[in-house]
Amino acid sequence: MRHLLSTTDLTREDALLILDTAAELARVTDRAVKKLPTLRGRTVVNLFFEDSTRTRISFEAAAKRLSADVITFSAKGSSVSKGESLKDTALTLEAMGADAVVVRHQASGAPYRLAHSGWVGCSVVNAGDGTHEHPTQALLDAFTLREHLGDLQGRRIVIVGDVLHSRVARSNAHLLSTLGACVTLVAPPTLLPVGVETWPCAVSYDLDEALEGADAVMMLRVQNERMNAAFFPSTHEYSRRYGLDTRRAALLSDDAVVLHPGPMNRGMEISADVADGARSVIVEQVTNGVSVRMAVLYLVLGARAEDQGGLLPAAEAVPA
Amino acid sequence: MTSSPEPEGSQGPVARVLDAADISRVVGRISHEILERTNGPADVVLLGIQTRGVPFARRIAVRMGEIEGAEIPVGSLDITMYRDDIRLRGPRPLEPTEIPAGGLDDRIVVLVDDVLYSGRTVRAALDAISDVGRPRAVQLAVLVDRGHRELPIRADYVGKNLPTSLAQSVRVHLSETDDVDEVLVLGGGA
Repeated sequence: MRHLLSTTDLTREDALLILDTAAELARVTDRAVKKLPTLRGRTVVNLFFEDSTRTRISFEAAAKRLSADVITFSAKGSSVSKGESLKDTALTLEAMGADAVVVRHQASGAPYRLAHSGWVGCSVVNAGDGTHEHPTQALLDAFTLREHLGDLQGRRIVIVGDVLHSRVARSNAHLLSTLGACVTLVAPPTLLPVGVETWPCAVSYDLDEALEGADAVMMLRVQNERMNAAFFPSTHEYSRRYGLDTRRAALLSDDAVVLHPGPMNRGMEISADVADGARSVIVEQVTNGVSVRMAVLYLVLGARAEDQGGLLPAAEAVPA
Repeated sequence: MTSSPEPEGSQGPVARVLDAADISRVVGRISHEILERTNGPADVVLLGIQTRGVPFARRIAVRMGEIEGAEIPVGSLDITMYRDDIRLRGPRPLEPTEIPAGGLDDRIVVLVDDVLYSGRTVRAALDAISDVGRPRAVQLAVLVDRGHRELPIRADYVGKNLPTSLAQSVRVHLSETDDVDEVLVLGGGA
């Protein structure tokens, strides 16, 4: 695998390899020297056309822990704000000798275009494109779930909120079902995308019913910056029907956990006492994000140009 | 750094150079040699290099423990992230690295591997150790030394010196991972 563009591209084996690799890399964090020499001399470019703090910092920390050189390129204050096209930006990066590009773009499909256009020869990692996918977020969510629940086979996971605008929901629905979990989406009908019936998950409009006995619930941020129409009558009504509060959290199974990709709208989709409660693993998600992104960068950058298939090169004899 | 099994017999003759009884005697001798060289087991930590260095290290630790009546700390080291050939060979899955609770600072660390060949694995392991702690000394124990070093590295404890040609390959099978204890030389005119 030279690129990570979408969780739909990942087989169960690929996903488990990334998660197992991340689990080993997580232990580097406990050491005195929190650095590995693996990607020494390689250059990772963070290409962010859209604002992001935690994803960008997380990728930066991951690349630096693997000893790669990191160049961060934000649209604001760069040539992109002067109207440079994606192609010209890509050619610039190629000319600078980037080995991997981590790209976030407001247009769905931009990372795919970058990877398959022939503009750049380097690896492309999708850090969120439009309303399409955010694969590393889904991988860190799956990693966090596995730490708490073990094998996800048959586990019931509920994803609640603004599915329409959420690349996190789409990536998670596919990845978690690949890992064997039963995913239920809960959202107002206006905040479900067209074609959601083709996703590998169930859809419900009743949050209380869906939460009954569930093993995990993932609250999505209500993306106010994308709310260009009247998707729901008022924030109060949204919060009452689709917000997670203490009463609703009590419906979950005993060992259930609460996730949120951040940043949270406290009091809107999640109440403060649940966000800070014992079931909340929201801070762990951030920690795990670094380990998962280290695993992705290692596997993507380690792949040789001729390996187009799975994550690992074809088995070959290694001299003893 | 022993390879995964591949169809054997396709490489010509197979010679079994060590059997289960030989390997057991090697474990016993190396255990005594380590104890002699380090003046007893105090401060000794054994670290097996993934994958087959690990069961070999555990066997030596058990034998040393029997001799001295003390428990010898033993751990494992995965050196994948320290290899110098990731760009050539591509990524591999990681195995667990377990450092014993006492850490490595001021200890005598005995690295344990199954086969010593180019020396590049040991080079990577030395780098990995220096990121974990600062041992007083690092020594190297191997089951088989087959020669053809590419780096200035030698073993302190050797189970068997095995002159080989580059055309041959050495396979170590240990019962923990392969159901049988043996060392084979494949190919060439062995």
